[in-house]
Amino acid sequence: MPRALPYLLLLPASLFLLVFFFYPFGLVVVESLTRGGEWTTDNFTRMTGHWKFAPAFWNTIWLTAIVVPVQLIMALTMASVVQKLKTGRSGLLYIFAIPLGISDLAAGLIWLAIFEQSGFLNSILHSFGVIDRPTLYLGYQNMWVIFLAVCLAEIWRATAIMMVIIVAGMGLIPKEYSEAAEVFGASRWQRFTRVTLPLLRPSLQTALILRILMAFEVFAVVMALGGTSLPVLMGETFQWQFQLQDRGVAAAYAMVILGLSVAFSLVVLRLLHVPKGARI
Amino acid sequence: MAEIVIKGVAKNFGSFTALHSVDLTIADQEFMVLLGASGCGKTTLLRIIAGLETPSQGEVWIGGRRVDHLPPRARGISMVFQNYAVFPHLTVFENIAFGLRMAKLPSPDVDRRVRRTAGLMHIEQLLKRYSGELSGEQRQRVAVARALAMEPDVILMDEPLSNLDALLRLEMRAELKGVLAESKTTTIYVTHDQVEAMSLADRISVMNGGYIVQADRPTEVYRNPAARFVGSFIGNPPMNFLPAKPDGAGRWHVAGQSFAGPRTGGAEFAIRPEDLHPAQTGLQAEVRVVEPLGPHILITAQVAGQPFRALLESDHTITPGEVITLAPVPDRIRWFDPETQKAIA
Repeated sequence: MPRALPYLLLLPASLFLLVFFFYPFGLVVVESLTRGGEWTTDNFTRMTGHWKFAPAFWNTIWLTAIVVPVQLIMALTMASVVQKLKTGRSGLLYIFAIPLGISDLAAGLIWLAIFEQSGFLNSILHSFGVIDRPTLYLGYQNMWVIFLAVCLAEIWRATAIMMVIIVAGMGLIPKEYSEAAEVFGASRWQRFTRVTLPLLRPSLQTALILRILMAFEVFAVVMALGGTSLPVLMGETFQWQFQLQDRGVAAAYAMVILGLSVAFSLVVLRLLHVPKGARI
Repeated sequence: MAEIVIKGVAKNFGSFTALHSVDLTIADQEFMVLLGASGCGKTTLLRIIAGLETPSQGEVWIGGRRVDHLPPRARGISMVFQNYAVFPHLTVFENIAFGLRMAKLPSPDVDRRVRRTAGLMHIEQLLKRYSGELSGEQRQRVAVARALAMEPDVILMDEPLSNLDALLRLEMRAELKGVLAESKTTTIYVTHDQVEAMSLADRISVMNGGYIVQADRPTEVYRNPAARFVGSFIGNPPMNFLPAKPDGAGRWHVAGQSFAGPRTGGAEFAIRPEDLHPAQTGLQAEVRVVEPLGPHILITAQVAGQPFRALLESDHTITPGEVITLAPVPDRIRWFDPETQKAIA
């Protein structure tokens, strides 16, 4: 009985996952590979054949490629600063974490309020006499502005989650390692790159995987700031499912997002692999 | 040449004073042990010398150079940490090489030095392993090898043997002593273990409450404690103390016996447990506990209502409850001033 007990205790959660996650997941897989009850790759051909697929794919990749590294650097910097603090540490952590409490759609709307034609940015520039009349920043003519605004909103919204994970990870590294490195001649920067970063690999793995997955699923922020002017994978999934009423292609999009997520998670796991015996 | 001079070094942590104006000179190639109970300031002093802590006051000189404003790496020191601080993400080889790489030594030199010090510490066969795959003793050896590889003027050791079990500690102690004597460095070694201190040190600095109470050769610290604290801290079992009442000029009444002593206003009588032997006349001791220790027996008794210990030859048969007469070796009797707690010469 004591041997079986842990499994018994985990059983309800496992059943829950099986029923409410794996089953629908299986349905989506089937959906993406069937059309009118026949097994086919037609959905995927339709998806890739549509003119919006390539921009949606590359926009998602570029957003991730820009946002995640910037967030990583910011989160590491913020975590290092927080780590050094003697007082007011938790206060600062709360302030950094405020955007975490806001839904992504709300975050998008906040940045929309800044960038839209009658938004804060235009009012401020106008009141300082920089511009005569409001500018349309988020029009489809200025794709890169929409892209930049999405980057900003994403960075603002989701850097804290990485920081929180990294702060926790840094707290686990004994101070002696940094001191030893200092005694043996490492500068502040060398202590960071040669001791802190390698010892932080497990936390970096968690933070990066979590953040990259979130980045591939970017949706509400893009919707709020660019509507359909800036296509992304998740946005297209939504379009095919609800506007074009084509569940098969929507499921194919979902599979692409899944494939990207799995591939990049594996890359992160591989790159930040910590050999056995080399853990703290 | 690396003489270390500490001038008036003090350290406050907020309102707590960890060190009160410490002065100490450590000669080139000397093995100095900082000995004291936890919280006495010994680790703080070591960390100030290392540069990991800034003194609130005072100066630190190493090899004729004032270093208290310099970062650790500019001081010509290396250090062995209490928990070894062997980097878990690097192999043993890279751990030993760490400081050499930071100093940008050419690769063949790094290789040569790592292999030499690894040989010295008998860990050549472990060079490819990670610290997670090592035992405590092996990590300890890596930490020492890493410090030696720097060929430093000064090695600082913070309780390096405290995490090893008793037998290993004994072995490593002898080995460390040999290796360090060979390397001709000045060594400062922090410990709370008096046996370790006695066996390793050229000189011991006994610390208490942020002061250095006595800094002298081990036998001197043991035989002639400069203060009551030193007598009660060093020696296992520690020194016995008995109150003394004046009995005419230069004579003192101790537990009903008269002893020749100092000509001062007050005095406290002190004797080490091994400097007592059963005799016809002497101190009346009521035996409470008898512990056979092999070569000796340890007697815990009461003399004039005070706890009192004697270490006797094991051929005496003594039973608890018995009253025995113990005579102190006359030239081993020490006297302390009850006011200042200092030894009376």
